Amino acid sequence: MQHARVWAAETAEATTNPLLPAIYDIVWSIIPFAIVLFLFWRIVLPRMQETLDARAEKIEGGIALAESAQKEAADALEKYNVLLAEARAEASDIKEKARAEGSIILAELKDQASADAAAITAKAQQQIEAERLAAIQSLRSEVGQLALDLAGRVIGEQVKDSKSSSAVVDRFLAEIEKNEKSK
Amino acid sequence: MNGLTGLVLAEAVEFHAPSISEFFPDIVLFEGTPFAMNRIMIIRMIMVTLLVVLFWLGTRKMSLVPGRFQGVIEMGLDLVRVNIAEDLLGKKDGRRFLPILTTIFFLVLFLNITGIVPGFNIAGSSVIGIPLVLAVTSYLTFIYAGLRKHPGAFLRNALFPPGVPWYFYIVVTPIELVSTFILRPVTLTLRLLMNMIVGHLLLVLLFSATHFFFLGFGNAFGYVFGTGTLVFGIAFSLFEILVAVLQAYVFTLLTAVYLQLALAEEH
Repeated sequence: MQHARVWAAETAEATTNPLLPAIYDIVWSIIPFAIVLFLFWRIVLPRMQETLDARAEKIEGGIALAESAQKEAADALEKYNVLLAEARAEASDIKEKARAEGSIILAELKDQASADAAAITAKAQQQIEAERLAAIQSLRSEVGQLALDLAGRVIGEQVKDSKSSSAVVDRFLAEIEKNEKSK
Repeated sequence: MNGLTGLVLAEAVEFHAPSISEFFPDIVLFEGTPFAMNRIMIIRMIMVTLLVVLFWLGTRKMSLVPGRFQGVIEMGLDLVRVNIAEDLLGKKDGRRFLPILTTIFFLVLFLNITGIVPGFNIAGSSVIGIPLVLAVTSYLTFIYAGLRKHPGAFLRNALFPPGVPWYFYIVVTPIELVSTFILRPVTLTLRLLMNMIVGHLLLVLLFSATHFFFLGFGNAFGYVFGTGTLVFGIAFSLFEILVAVLQAYVFTLLTAVYLQLALAEEH
């Protein structure tokens, strides 16, 4: 007991109270704290934050990029579909127009052909008519001559008076024509 | 015969009981100035240098896809940022007080761990300066945070909690005063300091006992006990790693909790 008390007293004398800080202890606590605080506050944590921000940005950027690419693809598809529909409509339009044009051309051609045919027919008829008239004319004069020759031979005299004789012939022929027509 | 030999040897190899003077080694540098250094102060500065170098190099060229070293540094920083700061204070206030919290965590961790680093063998935080300075920092930070957020109401709400009938204030106010403004910094200081002191004393006791049993007895009795204390010494060395990390975590977590209480909307 006595010994213990002495030991305790001796130790208390020789050592310091661990709860009472020495000046140098405080100094060498504040300095490390200040250094480490500066390190984290001004250097390490800003760098870390920068990296985290860059990482987040990259992830968000990637997502945004994918979204925009998807949107672009959808837009392109829509545009393509619109173009396709337009092209289809145009093609059917062209077909329709071509068909209409074709039928118009056909009709025109038909008209032209029938007009041509009519013209040709008319011309032919005119020609025929002209030839007929020419034939009648020549026939009339020839028949008249023949009839005069014949009549001359029968009568024995030359019918000299061509003026009266041709009037006779004409009258005769007109009678024939009249008969012909009344028949 | 055997016992006698042991006794004789025991007198030759003395048993050194650990004492509190372990924490006040001789001053070796700048004696007599406020910058006097003993080996514990030197250990502190070595660890601070190591911390600065590690974190400087680890964050010097940060890539978006971290390598192994950067990954470890980021994991350490994220432990404080995510698990303590953002978890308790939210994103905005978490980022505001992150420098203080990160500093407390890594300074305490690096100074605690020297307790089991061969050659150092004593925690840089086992002298009251570090626990005291950090506890005062924590104390001033949460009071500053509270006064800044609720300039008029912080002290009133801390001492006179709203919703309590007025006559209870006779009991509640002294309790709140003591627990919030006196016990918080005191417990922060003592918890860390005593953990480190006791851890060191325990290891010294176990290893000096091992030394004493092996060399002092030189018989079966000595070897058995010596082996026992050695095994315990190794086990407690490993345990001290856990304590070092845990005390750093607890100190930081409590600072964050005090900040959270000071910033809480109920105030």
